[in-house]
Amino acid sequence: MSEMNEKIVFEKPESVIDRPTHYCPGCHHGIAHRLIGELLDDMNLAEKTLMTTSIGCSVFLYNYLNVDAVEAPHGRAPAVATGVKRARPDHFVFTYQGDGDLASIGMAEIMHAANRGEKMCVVFVNNTVYGMTGGQMAPTTLIGQTTTTTPAGRCMTHEGAPIRMTEIIASLGGVAFAARGSLDSVKNIRQAKKYLKKAFEFQVNNTGFGFVELLSGCPTNWKMTPLQANERIQKEMIPYFPLGIYKDVSEEGGVC
Amino acid sequence: MSRIEVQEDRCKGCLLCTTVCPVDIIVQSDRFNVSGYKVAEVPEADADKCTGCASCAMICPDVAITVYRTPKKKGGK
Amino acid sequence: MTKKAERIFVKGNEAIARGALAAKCKCFFGYPITPQNDIPEFMSSEMIKAGGDFVQAESEVAAANMLLGAGATGIRAMTSSSSPGMSLKQEAISYMAGSEVPAVIVNMNRGGPGLGDIGPAQGDYYQSTRGGGHGDYRHFTFGPGTVQEAYDLTIRAFDIAFEHRTPVLILGDAILGQMKEPINPWEPEGVDEEGGSDWAITGRDGGREKRLIKSLFLQEGELAGQNKHLQAKYDAWTDLAECEEFETEDADLVICAYGSIGRIAKSAVRKFRKEGKKVGLFRPITLYPFPSAQLKALADQGKRFLTIEHNLGQMLDDVRLAIRTVTDSDFYPIYPGNLPTPDELEEPILKSLEGK
Repeated sequence: MSEMNEKIVFEKPESVIDRPTHYCPGCHHGIAHRLIGELLDDMNLAEKTLMTTSIGCSVFLYNYLNVDAVEAPHGRAPAVATGVKRARPDHFVFTYQGDGDLASIGMAEIMHAANRGEKMCVVFVNNTVYGMTGGQMAPTTLIGQTTTTTPAGRCMTHEGAPIRMTEIIASLGGVAFAARGSLDSVKNIRQAKKYLKKAFEFQVNNTGFGFVELLSGCPTNWKMTPLQANERIQKEMIPYFPLGIYKDVSEEGGVC
Repeated sequence: MSRIEVQEDRCKGCLLCTTVCPVDIIVQSDRFNVSGYKVAEVPEADADKCTGCASCAMICPDVAITVYRTPKKKGGK
Repeated sequence: MTKKAERIFVKGNEAIARGALAAKCKCFFGYPITPQNDIPEFMSSEMIKAGGDFVQAESEVAAANMLLGAGATGIRAMTSSSSPGMSLKQEAISYMAGSEVPAVIVNMNRGGPGLGDIGPAQGDYYQSTRGGGHGDYRHFTFGPGTVQEAYDLTIRAFDIAFEHRTPVLILGDAILGQMKEPINPWEPEGVDEEGGSDWAITGRDGGREKRLIKSLFLQEGELAGQNKHLQAKYDAWTDLAECEEFETEDADLVICAYGSIGRIAKSAVRKFRKEGKKVGLFRPITLYPFPSAQLKALADQGKRFLTIEHNLGQMLDDVRLAIRTVTDSDFYPIYPGNLPTPDELEEPILKSLEGK
């Protein structure tokens, strides 16, 4: 009899395509995809979304979200998305990039799209490693972290320090919103969705550039189980990459 | 009374769901799915303990969990 | 075609920008580099006035990628640069070709390799006609020789880009870019500004199936299929090859030259004709597709050939390929860094004429 009143309180969002993903067990891409899918549904954006995908494990994002998409070269998604948004200003435009794509080869493109205040959103999935290509050092790899190109662990004097992108992006003029969240716990996932929502709203209201970094795990290349990977995020990554909002122009009275 | 449904062919056996359940009823089963992963499940015996909080569903990277909640009956309604 | 009555006196660079405007180009993405800065400068005000948009990008790489994005949405858009900047754009152009995104790219060729100089040259011919980036692809390439031609071919470039879902390159040089001539700035009629109604990403309005602009094909057989499809597209362009044949009918020697060098060679041909020498000019207007059939037809008539280029011999390969079963071509290089004159060409033309 209880079935009569049973209702679904959690299910796959409409915008997430019903198919298995190629991601490793415990990879957080799937969580990020779901959050985006939920927001596109909630905010009625799916049919006016023009997504720009990037190069990395998430290169197949266009197979998992039911929106129009253009595939960008490695690092260039913010530039490609600039072209998309300038050509179709009344559409919803976002990029989805990993740490190699955004902070290494794409450093110029993200800095300038942010600085120009392009009315777009960037979802930055940071797992401190180049995942797709097998675990090389990334700009966000932590000091001492072993990767296939830092077999002795990342060394400050040889490789420099990991880059904190959200702090840098927050310092740029055209940025309306910059925040860092994490996908390692239910509480943090809820908070991350709120950050994404704010960033999306800034675009919908034509205010400015929205940037959300999501700390994520890569169990395979960290050589850990998914549970250990989540612990690493809590114990090692969050202390270096603190969570929170780093810029929110609604507190400041708007972007010029 | 609430319950979850795990889409077993999507489960990758990452076990993240087992760490967030507030009543600790999700476990790794002995069953392999078609992809070769040992899927997560709620044993029959513990099914009625589910609170429908959806924490498991929220942390599942494969969106493999659907959560159903039946509101508690109050005065015959 | 509507002929506008009033002629205007403009540089080649401005003519190209005006041609784009007339063709209803809606977005321009550029970056400063000599000798083409007039193009982004003109577009920075005119594009906005025309209801479009302009971005001075952070680099030529970024500008080309912006063009990829705009083109993917079915909007007419353009970028311009010069040789070193063109090298930067090659990855994005390869993506445009592989994803079948229409776009117009302008290269005002300067001296190379490396930083080179800021004067004219034709050293980018290979890059322009062989697909300068990675992979097997080509893009339609025009080689205008006059400022009017630069205007006309820019308009044509947009039509070709959208008709064939391809990047199109306009290959000029510093002479053409900086030279001023009077032109008739005619406006084309019936321009379809919303190209790509059946493939462009415009949002899944009304719940249609999602569209994807991509060049990644990993499933077995997929990439081979895509490459075959592209090859078929390029093969079909052969009929669109264009050239100018000047005084070739009774010529003993045919000079092959394109762009500004074609123009200078034309002056040399006129001079020789006055002296009774039977010289003609074969001037390709489309560099890809190269007008091979037309050139071969001249070879079959027993003529001799002298290729003159502002490089170390690039179009020469295409000339030789076209006439290889019949004869060969002499070659005279004008070295990048030197400015060619008709007088300089006298000696090599005479030598070829006399069969030496």
